[in-house]
Amino acid sequence: MPTFVRTEKCDGCKGQDRTACMYICPHDLMKLDKDGSETGHAMKSFNQEPEQCWECYSCIKICPQNAIEARAYADIVPMGGSVQPLRGTDSIMWTIKFRNGTMKRFKFPIRTTPEGSIQPYEGKPEADIANIKEDKGFFNNEGKIPYMGNPDELILLK
Amino acid sequence: MSGTFETPEVIEETVDILLIGGGMGACGAAYELGPWIKASGEDIKVKLVDKAAMDRSGAVAQGLSAINTYIGTEQDPADYARMVSNDLMGITRDDLAYDLGRHVDDSVHLFEEWGLPIWKQPGDEGKALKDGGMPVRSGKWQIMINGESYKWIVAEAAKKALGTENIQERVFIVKLVNDKNDPKRIAGAVGFSTRENKIYVYTFKACLLVCGGAVNIFRPRSVGEGTGRAWYPVWNSGSTYSMAAEAGAELTMMENRFVPARFKDGYGPVGAWFLLFKAKATNAFGEVYMDKNKELLNDYPPYGLAKVPASCLRNHLMMKEMREGRGPIYMDTVAALGKLAETMTPKEIKHLEAEAWEDFLDMCIGQAGVWAGENIEPEKTNSELMPTEPYLLGSHSGCCGIWVSGPTDLGAPEAWSWGYRSMTTIKGLFTAADGVGASGHKFSSGSHAEGRLAAKAMVQYVLDNKDYTPELDTSVEELTGDIYQPVRNYLEHKDYSTAIDVNPNYITPKMLQFRLQKIMDEYVAGVATMYQTNAKMMEVAEHKLGMLKEDAQKMRAKDLHELLRAWENYHRILTAEAHMKHIQFREESRYPGFYYRMDFNLVDEENWKCFVNSTYDKSTQTWNCFKVEHVDVVDKSVLMK
Ligand SMILES: Cc1cc2nc3c(=O)[nH]c(=O)nc-3n(C[C@H](O)[C@H](O)[C@H](O)COP(=O)(O)OP(=O)(O)OC[C@H]3O[C@@H](n4cnc5c(N)ncnc54)[C@H](O)[C@@H]3O)c2cc1C
Ligand code: SF4
Ligand code: SF4
Repeated sequence: MPTFVRTEKCDGCKGQDRTACMYICPHDLMKLDKDGSETGHAMKSFNQEPEQCWECYSCIKICPQNAIEARAYADIVPMGGSVQPLRGTDSIMWTIKFRNGTMKRFKFPIRTTPEGSIQPYEGKPEADIANIKEDKGFFNNEGKIPYMGNPDELILLK
Repeated sequence: MSGTFETPEVIEETVDILLIGGGMGACGAAYELGPWIKASGEDIKVKLVDKAAMDRSGAVAQGLSAINTYIGTEQDPADYARMVSNDLMGITRDDLAYDLGRHVDDSVHLFEEWGLPIWKQPGDEGKALKDGGMPVRSGKWQIMINGESYKWIVAEAAKKALGTENIQERVFIVKLVNDKNDPKRIAGAVGFSTRENKIYVYTFKACLLVCGGAVNIFRPRSVGEGTGRAWYPVWNSGSTYSMAAEAGAELTMMENRFVPARFKDGYGPVGAWFLLFKAKATNAFGEVYMDKNKELLNDYPPYGLAKVPASCLRNHLMMKEMREGRGPIYMDTVAALGKLAETMTPKEIKHLEAEAWEDFLDMCIGQAGVWAGENIEPEKTNSELMPTEPYLLGSHSGCCGIWVSGPTDLGAPEAWSWGYRSMTTIKGLFTAADGVGASGHKFSSGSHAEGRLAAKAMVQYVLDNKDYTPELDTSVEELTGDIYQPVRNYLEHKDYSTAIDVNPNYITPKMLQFRLQKIMDEYVAGVATMYQTNAKMMEVAEHKLGMLKEDAQKMRAKDLHELLRAWENYHRILTAEAHMKHIQFREESRYPGFYYRMDFNLVDEENWKCFVNSTYDKSTQTWNCFKVEHVDVVDKSVLMK
């Protein structure tokens, strides 16, 4: 389902250097049409290669105006369905509309800590440089192997 | 001076360690590097370059609904190494798999600490895995998560660990550069920005090449708008394998591929359906092909006879039904949910339904779109299954990749550990995750853990090579000139014809990709031939690929976006060529259900129970494939029924 941008809703991320959708798309698909020469809609974004869209929804989830939606691949899927998320800071809400009008809503948690709160090394031991030549064990394992198995399993060591 | 499209600005930068890629492997490395660098007391400079934005780059962009590798306290790393081996038809490096098995859980514990919601058994809610909380397993090795923000969370930790000033997003690395004084050593990498007219030339002592696997080498089943709905992410274009090959690194098991059987068209995951909901796959007449065709497994001892037969063999049993006209193949979701409903309350059923949808919404939203558009409610209608087009990868259920140095304490042959852990046969060039060949089944967690193992080794390498100053074997002018060749092709010839895309002087990256996919599909065992090939067909493929490689010099780029596509496709061609050369060399059909060499349609344990490795000579543009002895490090006999 390639993404499309709702003309009315997109504000071009208010003319900032980089738009949210361009920033996030892993496949470099979203593009801001600055002067309208490509779409007829100046300062609005569009998907420049819809047939390359993985439907990862990264752009849809990040757009501050909720201007991006997905329309199922036209060469595969009958018309009329839609799958739209609303991503918050700790959960995501999905609204699924079937072609026949059936609706389903789901809400799932996405994160147990506040966004931006990770302190990667807090409470972790420092690395001991004496262990660096060991080809096993991470910095926080204090020279030990995180999970030692039964040595009898290693048949060439017997 | 800022560059223009005609004359880009060239930025040269020297660091100690370059991380190429920003996916699970790179994020693991970014996390592990800091403490070791700090402990070394040296000023070791690190840079990470990603062609996309780390928050959502790589295979985990949409999230995942399970962590597929968590050993837990119930199992031994040896069990894991055995499973990996059997699933990949016996030819894997036990040392690498075992080593991953004893390290991987540490990364999972970090993910949970950082905020990834992990499902727990009733009574253990709120109890962390590392404190003994029991996870909900959807299989022997898998644990269920609410993973929509998986990549976002892992990237946040990586970015904080590394510092955003040491991260350059939207730079696509095109090639590695060897050392002027030692062709078996790596000294640099070049790439370009997809946002500004800039070329980056990095010089370094060590680098981690972790650009994921390879997608869209074969013609996808969808050829219209749905082309983008590949199972593995369309943007992983074989950069890992092609750049390593051109740098002279030994590749391994490039004949291996993965052809997942997934929900048709959307390619939604089936694992939870099989494992959690206990659904069965059937032919059109409701017959369970795994039972009906089970005698076919006897043709492939010992891999078919294990308690869980290898993935490719499960496809093999399914394909018999397809070939003999008993399709479509279905996942019997109706029976599975009906059966579960017999013993469940309506509330529990509602919960179950949400879980089924979440499995898609967390990692394959497109499948939810297919179900919505086709009015499929799994409790009422069964869904079709289909084997996809082939993918090349080393971290999921595949084992192609680069030959790396392994751990020294597991009794593996000495030839398997020639230096630093995770280093390739080229000095200073390390890899992890999809890059490491002959292992597989690392998945997201194992990819992260493997990145960490490599990071630690890279710090040691840099400390041991303090006095080494990298020198590029090619001039910056030549390197940068090569990168912008597609731009010059365009600018020079664009006015020759009135239609911008039809011009005898250049080829668009898109058409080049179609040509590659057509060759691979029709001659190298794609879906067109139901995954069948032979020596004669590959002879044709080789000839056609040769000309395609020549024509790749004539790709055009009308803008930076197309320049990205041009070089992605160049990487695809080399990766595809490696795949074909390996299949050609291995005169047997090691992975029935993934591909068949009809001229050697058997698994030949006597002659081919070995690795196939290869090197590429970029000056002559030729491949050299050779056998490498296989040895078991753990006992495999206990896998048998
Ligand atoms: C559909 C699907 C389902 C999966 N399901 C599960 C699951 O349920 N559980 C599980 O644990 N795992 C699962 N996995 C596997 C997991 O996602 C991978 O194993 C893992 O992401 C591999 O890590 P990596 O670092 O090798 O590659 P990736 O994470 O894919 O990262 C590759 C990185 O390289 C960058 N890059 C690529 N080329 C270049 C270049 N030339 N220059 C610069 N940067 C470049 C990309 O932008 C990206 O950042 C799944 C994967 C897929 C696709
Ligand atoms: S993120 Fe949304 S508002 Fe911003 S440019 Fe893209 S579509 Fe428009
Ligand atoms: S859905 Fe994903 S691939 Fe498609 S345009 Fe949005 S971010 Fe890009």
